Amino acid sequence: MSARTDYRHWALSAPALVLFTTFLLAPLIMTLVLSFRHFDFYGGIDDSVSLASYAEVLGDWYFYEIFGRTFAIALATTVLCVLIGAPASYFLNRMRPGFRSVMILIILGPLLISVVVRTLGWAIILGNRGVINTFLMDLGVIEAPIKMMYTSGGIVLALVHVMVPYMVLAVWAALQRQDPATEAAAESLGASPLTIFRRIVLPQAMPGVLSGSLIVFSLSASAFATPAILGGRRVKVVATSVYDEFMNTLNWPLGAAIAILLMVSIVVVMVAWNRLVEARFGRSYA
Amino acid sequence: MAFLELNALTKRFGPVTAVDRISFNVEQGSFVSLLGPSGCGKTTTLQMIAGFENVTSGKITLNGRDLAGVPARHRGLGIVFQSYALFMHMTTAENVSFGLEMRGVPGAERKIRVARALDLVHLSHLSDRYPRTMSGGQRQRVALARALVIEPELLLLDEPLSNLDAKLREEMQLELRRIQREAGVTTLMVTHDQAEALALSDRVVVLEKGQVQQEAAPFDVYETPHTAFVSSFIGKSNTLPATLVSGDASGSIVECAGVRLQAGATPLAAGPVQIAIRPERIEVVDDGAVLTGKVSERVFLGNQWLLTVATPVGNLLVLRRNAGRSEADIGDTVGLAFRRVDLRILASSEAAA
Repeated sequence: MSARTDYRHWALSAPALVLFTTFLLAPLIMTLVLSFRHFDFYGGIDDSVSLASYAEVLGDWYFYEIFGRTFAIALATTVLCVLIGAPASYFLNRMRPGFRSVMILIILGPLLISVVVRTLGWAIILGNRGVINTFLMDLGVIEAPIKMMYTSGGIVLALVHVMVPYMVLAVWAALQRQDPATEAAAESLGASPLTIFRRIVLPQAMPGVLSGSLIVFSLSASAFATPAILGGRRVKVVATSVYDEFMNTLNWPLGAAIAILLMVSIVVVMVAWNRLVEARFGRSYA
Repeated sequence: MAFLELNALTKRFGPVTAVDRISFNVEQGSFVSLLGPSGCGKTTTLQMIAGFENVTSGKITLNGRDLAGVPARHRGLGIVFQSYALFMHMTTAENVSFGLEMRGVPGAERKIRVARALDLVHLSHLSDRYPRTMSGGQRQRVALARALVIEPELLLLDEPLSNLDAKLREEMQLELRRIQREAGVTTLMVTHDQAEALALSDRVVVLEKGQVQQEAAPFDVYETPHTAFVSSFIGKSNTLPATLVSGDASGSIVECAGVRLQAGATPLAAGPVQIAIRPERIEVVDDGAVLTGKVSERVFLGNQWLLTVATPVGNLLVLRRNAGRSEADIGDTVGLAFRRVDLRILASSEAAA
């Protein structure tokens, strides 16, 4: 390839590169630099380089608990999204086209509404004086309200609602690539409906399930709005504690260190997951 | 009793009758083609035999067994789908092995039979490859091996060659015939390609609008088409409206656009008919012309010339073998002749309806 066409490649991708470096790479590098600065409650941030912030995070069980909770919430959300989203896409794929368009609209509809608005909706439903508790207490089923706000369970519930569309889209895309005649072929070869689902449909949908899981997991682990509103001060996740360090404690280096650690751990999970998927499906889905 | 019998098989989708009282037989070990244009009901017929579509009325009997109510997975038929429908997440060997697993064939025997099937289609060297890494022709062979390995009583082929390019299609035609002969399996193929049907089949069943138009050996379908549809659908044909003046077993006289012509024998009574003649049966002659006309179009096809000649009875297509010399040009007046038996008389479509 000549130098001239090389230059053209760069010219063509320049706008994207500029956008990417200005709005993603630059803040990221600044956050990384910030995380190595020293912080003093009375003196603020100085220019010396130190690992104090990392030492603080890695040396405090409080942060391990927050990281543990974050990943537990993300994992639970992912599992629930698979359980709800995968069958939903399977049925979606078998629907008549007209009906299917309506269903896709219903599933994707929530994406058109801000996460904050949707989460506030959940707050109304889950609150101590919310829809569920009021209803149950009026019926006399329970005496005192069941605590659902400010719990991990409440966060998972709302996150599932937010994330299911991503899972449905990913699995549906995989199912659509599938030749419908393969099911007929398996049937003609003597397979029962259950066997067809287990041996033919599911394996071909798996890449979709796995890529959907990756999206849902990383978005859930770094979600801010939903845990902030439904978890409040009591149930902290990594994203909200970063926010607290920056905005309340004003310990920017510590906040930056936590943010970097969150990013690194999500990247590690993603890469490991990708490796697994590649090893398992790389040959047949190249 | 024939091996596969279709008896007044009918399929209605709401008010539409897709398959209308189709009856034909397939003898054991033979290769039969269901030929027709798209929408003629040939695929629906195949789907009913396979068990993927319910039968509205009529009967399918395979080897003396009534297939009514037998689910597709218990019919034990080998099917090759138009899209091949290979299991993309399985290797060639796994694809072929699937049907045997479903039948509970033990592992050791399974291996032997898979190897034998792959050998039959000349794919032994690709047994560990995934379909995605194979060419169309190779996928086609995998689909064939997968259908044949279960030793089906009947092999159904749904437009098996339509996804291949022209050159590969010719190659696969020969291969398909060889494989079918070697496996000795009774085969029913659905196709819209008349060349394919003529080349491969022992018998051809021509369908139109859900009805059997003609069932005969390929040669007979081509030479003695029963209806104007068959005549024009299979091969090229000049079909013209005419009036049958008189006719008996030795020959007949027709009148077409005021011109009297001698034609072949016909059982039909005098009245409106259609006459048909193949382009390759019309000779360009200097003496003894039956008709004269002016060449209005000329197309060079390599091994042949295709002429359109405007004659008093209408435009006629004439096919001339390329004998290495130049042919009559556009505007030339030529004399045309043909044997009277080559001018066939068909029931007019109005009379048949």
